[in-house]
Amino acid sequence: MAVPSQHPAAEVRPPVSERIGPLAWLKHNLFSTWYNSLLTLLVLWLLWATLVPFFEWAVLNASLAGSSKADCPSDGACWALIRIRFHQYLFGLYPVEERWRVLLAFAILVVAMVPLFLPRMPRRISYAIGLILVYPPVAYGLFAGGWFGLEPVETANWGGLFLTLVIAGVGITTSLPLGILLALGRRSSMPVIRSLSVVFIELVRGVPLVTILFMASVMLPLFLPPGVSIDKLLRALVGVSLFSSAYMAEVVRGGLQAIPKGQYEAAQALGLSYWQMMRLVILPQALRLVIPGIVNTFIGLFKDTSLVTIIGLYDLLGMAKLITTDPAWLGRAAESYLFAAFGFWIFCFGMSRYSQYVERKLATGRERD
Amino acid sequence: MARDSVARPRRRPTAFWNDARVRAIFAQLVVLALVLAGAAYLIRNTLLNLERLGVSTGFGFLWTTAGFDISQTLIAYDRTYTYARAFLVGLLNTFYVSLVSIVIATILGFIVGIARLSSNWLVAKVAAAYIEIIRNVPLLLQLIVWYFVVLGGLPAPRNSVVLGEGLYLNVRGLFVPRPVFEPGFEYTLVALGVAVVAVVLLARWARRRFEATGQPFPTFRVGLAILVLLPVATFLLTGRPLTFEYPELGKFRVTGGLVMLPEFLAMVAGLSVYTASFIAEIVRAGIESVSKGQWEAAWSLGLTRGQTLRLIVIPQALRVIIPPQTSQYLNLTKNSSLGVAIGYPDFFNVAGTINNQTGQAVEVIAITMAVYLTLSLLISAFMNWYNRRMALVER
Repeated sequence: MAVPSQHPAAEVRPPVSERIGPLAWLKHNLFSTWYNSLLTLLVLWLLWATLVPFFEWAVLNASLAGSSKADCPSDGACWALIRIRFHQYLFGLYPVEERWRVLLAFAILVVAMVPLFLPRMPRRISYAIGLILVYPPVAYGLFAGGWFGLEPVETANWGGLFLTLVIAGVGITTSLPLGILLALGRRSSMPVIRSLSVVFIELVRGVPLVTILFMASVMLPLFLPPGVSIDKLLRALVGVSLFSSAYMAEVVRGGLQAIPKGQYEAAQALGLSYWQMMRLVILPQALRLVIPGIVNTFIGLFKDTSLVTIIGLYDLLGMAKLITTDPAWLGRAAESYLFAAFGFWIFCFGMSRYSQYVERKLATGRERD
Repeated sequence: MARDSVARPRRRPTAFWNDARVRAIFAQLVVLALVLAGAAYLIRNTLLNLERLGVSTGFGFLWTTAGFDISQTLIAYDRTYTYARAFLVGLLNTFYVSLVSIVIATILGFIVGIARLSSNWLVAKVAAAYIEIIRNVPLLLQLIVWYFVVLGGLPAPRNSVVLGEGLYLNVRGLFVPRPVFEPGFEYTLVALGVAVVAVVLLARWARRRFEATGQPFPTFRVGLAILVLLPVATFLLTGRPLTFEYPELGKFRVTGGLVMLPEFLAMVAGLSVYTASFIAEIVRAGIESVSKGQWEAAWSLGLTRGQTLRLIVIPQALRVIIPPQTSQYLNLTKNSSLGVAIGYPDFFNVAGTINNQTGQAVEVIAITMAVYLTLSLLISAFMNWYNRRMALVER
């Protein structure tokens, strides 16, 4: 912390007994001055007034057993709802007997991603690019079916956390390359390419995501030749990808701007072409600088996937909302939303911790303090 | 040495397809052609589709009767007004909810951000927990919880929560007394205007004197006194020309007073709680960006802790805080479009209704995008102006 808490002139070290031990810790951290003591008591009272009733509701009076609303206490949470509908929060309305396909696809992804985290993996980047090119068709084949004797499953039945992950995954894998291209375009010396990139980036960043999604769901069908229809999920994916690539472009641009001019000149002096220079010299350094920013964009994207609820898809939030409208569980909205919030929180919090870790790791190389 | 005594290798002219400038022009022409062809293709398809659907293009529909009600209107509006008026009502609702939320989010964000840096362990931890929980849950989910769970769980009008004299909270919204201005109130407004001008002049004079002689003047305290006393005195002297109409509790409804709809309350609560968690982190980063040396230098000059904060730290921290703060305000304004999910009649919601009624999708989307873009450009223009004003003047 940069802010010194005490006037240094007034510093006289007290005896040891007043500096260590739990009582000294309490005095120093909670009751150092009269207003700090007051503040501590106020916060304790606030916590008492909010957390205790919440704890009573969520744990003490709650029930996990039971099979319907009638089995639940009136003053406690009804976690039976979550227990019974758990699979719907995960898979939405995906047919029960076909769910192994979703799990299989995620298992394949996890196994395929292991080499990326091995410490001495040769050609890591090429492997990652290959994975990005090969995996989506495989996953789509498993999810949608309709070949190799797999039962076809309409995208309208995809839902829950599964759909959230699909949208976030597609958004993340398309927004990074698109964002890099847009950032390069914005920094380009060619006026036509620069202005096209600037117009796209500023246009998209200037409007809310709902308007983009709305436009994707209303305008995309109009853009296509008469008679061609386009899947609702695909419309949402196009909207989300375009939206996040504009934000990604600005993050990458920050990294590009931080690379000293000498790096460009040195690369050109070596006779590298524009793309060789970017691929081998500039981008590896620039992207490394902005990893925290990229992860933050991913977090934003992950949270924003919940907006597809508005255009009628049932992602984790949409599913939680759908379940609250079920007459059999009416009046149990708090449990449903709390569970969905927990699902989103786990992923976003995990990503933000990762970004902080990378930030610290990068900082050790550059700063010494 | 004589010129040209060493034979220079003769420069071979570059083939034109290897010339960087020619290549750049060619690449740009190709990209431009592709973009134009793509746009032309899309426009052609759109026109064909619209013709097939029998939708006539143009903005003429704006001047026809809207025929739908809007639950919250800041200006006169009912279903006999035009679509253009409906757009305006929606836009004002967006401004209204954004402004109220921005004020609350800023206050809450500063409190949490400073609490995060508190030397009090408990306060710092509670602030950190607030930030980590709120920031990592989607805003839309929070809005839905505020609306359907928190406000939806409030009692019926007859069992209203009484927050104070004439302040009732129930499932229909928050009811507050309505101020009724009687003739003579305009003098109080005039007095307020005079007080503001006087304080500005006073501050200018005090600053000039301070710079010339070094004598400080308690501008804040005197200014506050003028700002409060002058209008209050005028108000009392003109015979208190202001009364309140209190809401009255009925069995099923509340009559009289001003009402804030639950949709509005949920929007304000959701937007400000969510944005405050981001503002708190910005404030923390801003205060931390002022190095310890600045505090120590100020103390060695004999400034007190309060003076150090006010004269040294906050001006420098603000320079770091304001730019990201402005973009949070912009985000908040754009996020207010999520009101569509809980039925708050903001601009986007009204636009959606109009689109459903008229089928003028292209025009409605164009208007919507133009409005949000204008807002963004205005806010970023302000940000650039402020940055220029606050930028470090290096000598």
